[in-house]
Amino acid sequence: MSSWIPLWLHKLGSPPTFYRFAGSLRPWAMALALLLGAVGLYGGLVLAPADYQQGDAYRIIFIHVPSAEMSMFIYAAMGAAAFIALVWRIKLAEVVAMESAPIGAAFTFITLVTGSLWGKPMWGTWWTWDARLTSELVLLFLYLGVIGLYHAFEDRRQGARAAAFLAIIGIINVPIVHFSVNWWNTLHQGSTVNIFGKSKMSWDMLWPLLTMMLATKFYYVASLFNRVRTDLLALEGGKDWVRKIAADEARS
Amino acid sequence: MKRPGLATACTAMLRRDLTLAWRRRGDIAMPVLYALIVTMLFPFALGPEDTLLQRIAGGVVLVTVLLAMLLALDAMFSSDIEDGSLEQLVLAPQPLALMLGMKILAHWLTTALPLIVIAPLLAAMLHLPGAVIPVLLLALLLATPLLSLLGAVLVALTAGTRRSGMLLALMLLPLCMPAVIFAAGAVAAAQQGLPWLAPIAWLAAALVLAVVLAPLACAAALRIALDA
Repeated sequence: MSSWIPLWLHKLGSPPTFYRFAGSLRPWAMALALLLGAVGLYGGLVLAPADYQQGDAYRIIFIHVPSAEMSMFIYAAMGAAAFIALVWRIKLAEVVAMESAPIGAAFTFITLVTGSLWGKPMWGTWWTWDARLTSELVLLFLYLGVIGLYHAFEDRRQGARAAAFLAIIGIINVPIVHFSVNWWNTLHQGSTVNIFGKSKMSWDMLWPLLTMMLATKFYYVASLFNRVRTDLLALEGGKDWVRKIAADEARS
Repeated sequence: MKRPGLATACTAMLRRDLTLAWRRRGDIAMPVLYALIVTMLFPFALGPEDTLLQRIAGGVVLVTVLLAMLLALDAMFSSDIEDGSLEQLVLAPQPLALMLGMKILAHWLTTALPLIVIAPLLAAMLHLPGAVIPVLLLALLLATPLLSLLGAVLVALTAGTRRSGMLLALMLLPLCMPAVIFAAGAVAAAQQGLPWLAPIAWLAAALVLAVVLAPLACAAALRIALDA
């Protein structure tokens, strides 16, 4: 039965194995995130030419667009983990879903703040009730709802399952965020970066943007692994493998 | 022993909830009073100019009704959780989703229907033109069950927690935003003499979807929340 799933993937679902796996992978992910972030920011802030219309002000795109993409990517990842947690009742999936939420909320917040900083010189206003801005704000509230529901329960696993259910209900919103610009298209510009076709952006500006998108992905992995490791230690407090780690730490 | 039929169980559930609500008639009046007071505050805050009040009337009535419903939402399952009858409902042989659907219907009848009845009064207080009031009522008739159904799922999710009032608002408001947009859109279109059928049709479509899916989701959420 289900022999097409490799054995190591099954093993990865157990907290001690994942704890070690995440511990060995985390420094690499963090290093890659820092390296790619530095390269991307240098390329974006120094090497890329100024925009003929927006001047240097457009350079906030190298923070704004990767964050906006991550805010939706992390919600999708959280929804997938939540689905796995509810269907197969895997403890690790619950932890991954719940620890993704604060990271996603942070990226959503960064998107809103940088967008508003960019909107002031370009549109002449900090905030407008445009479809895309509004749905990004709704996304932030969805994240906050998931986090709030998780912490409202005394039993953490029960809270994780309830919040996972809420995350799945809210996932209807993620496609609305992504396609709303095509549906309404009021003030916010349409998609410029297109993975499968020709992008409406010069390569000089595009490569730092794509590098930044990769860097944020690696940062997410590193940050998530760190949070999941901490949470697993707290959740499995009484188990033998945690005691062993604690004893090893005390000895060194 | 012969098990009673589904229709019998449904009517028994509905009659029980309506009787309970009728025994505590004061609670039914509370959301209505709340809506009246909130609507009364707007002219004081914005000034009694007819044109301004007329322009915001539709939106104010919708939001007031939404907030009044949100206040009453918390109580949907709370007394049943306290006396343990909700656990009995989960154990009952009848499908839980259907029984919860009946509870949601009873809740809608006792909280939303009184609000819809006084909605023309609220609208008249803000000088909404009489021709627009039928559209407002239609929008409310479609939007309030949608809110009750969405809210029931979230109330079921918070069933195992202590303090859920503010949390409920945080979770419900993003999800009910489309309902508010379409309901307000219909009223605004009617006020400007534009065709208002499209947003009403969207609301009706969402309501049909919610009637089918929300009781199932509510049952699943309740099983998660009570599974301690």
